[in-house]
Formats: sequence, C-alpha cells, structure tokens
Amino acid sequence: MTLDAGLDQPLRVVNVGLELFAEQIEAQGAAVDRVDWRPPAGGPDIASLLARLED
Amino acid sequence: MADIAAANREALDRLCRARPAWTAVRSGREALGLEGRTLLHAGPPIEWARMCWPMRGAVKAAALFEGWARTADEAEALAASGDIAFAPCHSRGAVGPMAGVISPGTPLLVVEDAVNRTTASSFIADGPWGHQLRFGAHGPETLNGLRWIRDAVAPALSAVLEREGPIDLAALMAQAFTMGDEMHMRNAAATGLLARRLAAPLVAAVPDAARLEPIMRLVTRDNDQFFLAWSMCAAKAAARSIEGLEASTVVCTMARNGVEFGIRVAGLGEPWFTAPASVVEGVYFPGSAAGDANLDTGDSAIMETYGLGGLAMASSPAVQKIVGAKSWEDALATTRDMGEICVGRNPLFPIAVLGGEGTPTGIDIRRVVKTSIVPKITTAIAHRAAPRMIGAGIATAPMAPFVAALRAFAERYGAARA
Repeated sequence: MTLDAGLDQPLRVVNVGLELFAEQIEAQGAAVDRVDWRPPAGGPDIASLLARLED
Repeated sequence: MADIAAANREALDRLCRARPAWTAVRSGREALGLEGRTLLHAGPPIEWARMCWPMRGAVKAAALFEGWARTADEAEALAASGDIAFAPCHSRGAVGPMAGVISPGTPLLVVEDAVNRTTASSFIADGPWGHQLRFGAHGPETLNGLRWIRDAVAPALSAVLEREGPIDLAALMAQAFTMGDEMHMRNAAATGLLARRLAAPLVAAVPDAARLEPIMRLVTRDNDQFFLAWSMCAAKAAARSIEGLEASTVVCTMARNGVEFGIRVAGLGEPWFTAPASVVEGVYFPGSAAGDANLDTGDSAIMETYGLGGLAMASSPAVQKIVGAKSWEDALATTRDMGEICVGRNPLFPIAVLGGEGTPTGIDIRRVVKTSIVPKITTAIAHRAAPRMIGAGIATAPMAPFVAALRAFAERYGAARA
C-alpha cells in the first residue's frame, strides 16, 4: 500500500509524547489515541543504567 | 546486584506501618543535643554567605532569642564571622518549615513512631502572624512571641501530654485526610481536630484564664496551618524509618533552603543531591506578585516524601484553590502522575475519587528518571526580602538531583558499568 492510498482512508493516529502533535492532528479531523510518554531524563547512558537497576 | 525490589517493598511497608504519636515538648538542647552556638536550618547544607533573605532573618531572630547578640546588626556580624555552626534540621532528625531555623533553646514537639522506633522534632510556633521567624521576621513582636511560646505555651502543652499521655497523630491525620486536608498547604481539618483534642486538657492545665486565653487563641483560631508542625514531625518520623535502608532507591528526604532543592535516598545514606531551587507557580495575596517571591523554601516537602501534599492533591479540593491548581482534572492528573513515580500506596490515606486507593507513597528515583516525572510540592511562598508569606502554589522539583542520585546509586551498588 502506498502512502497516498493509506491517506485516502479515515485516519486513526497513535501519538506518543508531545501533546501539541496530537492537538494538531485532531484539528485536521483525525482520531488520536494518546500514549503519555517522555524520554528518560539524564543522558545517553541513563537507559542502560536504568536497565541494570531494574527490579 | 542488590535486591532493590525487596528493599523498596520494605521501604513502603515501613512508611505505611508508621504510627507517629506526639509524646513530649522539649528544647532543642534536650531533644536534639544542640549545644553552643549551633543553629539548624531548612533544606540541604548552606553557609551564611549563600543564605536567602528569609533564612538570614530567621538566623538573626534565633541569635537574638538565644541572647548571642543584642541587636540585629550584632547578630548578622556574629553569623558572618563564622561563630555560629549551621547544620540542616534533617541532619538531626528535625524539620523546619520555610527558613526552619531551630536553636538550642527553641521549644520543640517530639513525635515518636513506636512501630519503627523513630523520633522527629520541629518548632511549635514562631511568632504571631505577620511576624513569624520562618519568614525571616526578627523584630520585637517575633522575639516576644518566641519567648511567650517558650515560657507559656510549651509548659502548657507539656502539662497536657503529662495528663493525657501521647496523642495519636496517625489516627488524627487519617481522619483529617478524609476531611479534605492534604496536610501540606491545607491543615484546616487537622488543626480543628487537634484543637478539639487539646481544649479541655488545656483548661485543666492552665487554670488562670488570662494566661489560657492567648494559648487557646493560638491553638484554635489564629492559623489554619497550625497543625503543619505536627504533620511534618509525623512525616519525618515515618521517613526516618527508611534512612540508610540498604539497596532502596526510595527518596527519604526532600527539602529546600530557599537557594537549593535537595534529596537524600534511603540506600545512599547521608549524601545530598542538589540543584537550584524552583520558582513556585502560585497564587499571590493582594499587593504581592511573582517578582516578590523567594525561591522554593523549607523542610515541609517532607509531606510529599511521605506521600501527602502535592502527591495527594486529588484528595483535597480545598487545597486546589489555595495553590492555584488549574482544574479538578489537573489535580487528579497530578496525583495519577505521582503514582507513576512511587513504589506503592498508603492505605492509611485513601483517596475517594480514585476508588479508595491509598495516596502514592515512596518516591523511587528510578521511576522519576525513567518517566521524566518529578514530584509536585504544594507550598507557601515567602517574600524574598520582607518577613511575610505572600501566597501559595505548586513547586516542581528539579530533575537534576534525581539523575545525580541514580548515577551515585549505580556506582555504589556496582551497576555503573556493564
């Protein structure tokens, strides 16, 4: 399926994180499911530190 | 690798099973072993040169109260000379609201948790409204107020406890919570319940009506936040039960000195992790504005450390107005967010709007860093250069101390390198 073909149909969008993106898509008439997510704080090494400190 | 999950379950269990009770009134000298020219202050460690205006004012008040100086100028010179030793209240098992300055002669509440075998202390009151030491006041009204609390209020409260025995704060706070207090910026119900508990015993303890009347006025009507000292002691007694708990990533201290915000973590012992204190987003009294505000101040974030205050905002419609929460939904979302960064819930404080689920309890530094959600603190706002409260609001804790603590935890427990 090409991108154009996909956009012919009603869109259902999953928005991860920034609320502004979800609002802009809703303003175009599309339905948006929100996933409340923010990247971990800190720096690039934090994800591996967190993984090693998991329960 | 240490068993973090087990340590954090133990931390939650200790916080939830704490049953603090008010057992005594003692001086800073008796309760905390304060000697010589030593003053305790709110927040992480700070020296005179970096202290904010309200804390400097409170230091001057304490030096005058102790008789170390005869004038405010003398008190300032003494503090600047290095002849006063400063330490955080938290380093001695105490807590102080706003500037939070405690001296050897300050009368303190003593709260004990018999379950976890911990104690905590804070000052009872600190001068009449508009002249409180906690906001930096150090004039004659403040000094007269401090002496009256030492010479009249403290002995009367001590006599009440001798007659009545310990007063169960856990039960009182649980009841006040269901009456709409989150017990940081709203203590109206708890203050009323405490006044009801104290009224008859105070009448018996202070037969002279002329002496009794101002004490009853202090307890019953001057300040809806009168109970804050008790709620902070109760929360501190609970939080002390997890200090030094090996392998736990739960925060055991959050506090601000008006310049810096700091945390300590159960499994990391004494070290503080700090960052510049936040600007409080607030509602100001008429005539005051954001430009007048000091940065976030005080040890009262012990309430959030214990799972109350901002963490319990959904349970307190009244506080939402006091601190300027945008909406009911916003307060509910805040408590839900706080649930994301805590290890569990405390059933002692059930939140009706969440189906009776307990308040989020035990802030986990891993969850804070992973979700980028930081604790929200309901708080009073001090003027940055005048001795008074100018409003109330919500402070957002800075992220940097949580990241720094996580790195230190990984280093300490051997997880820093793969």
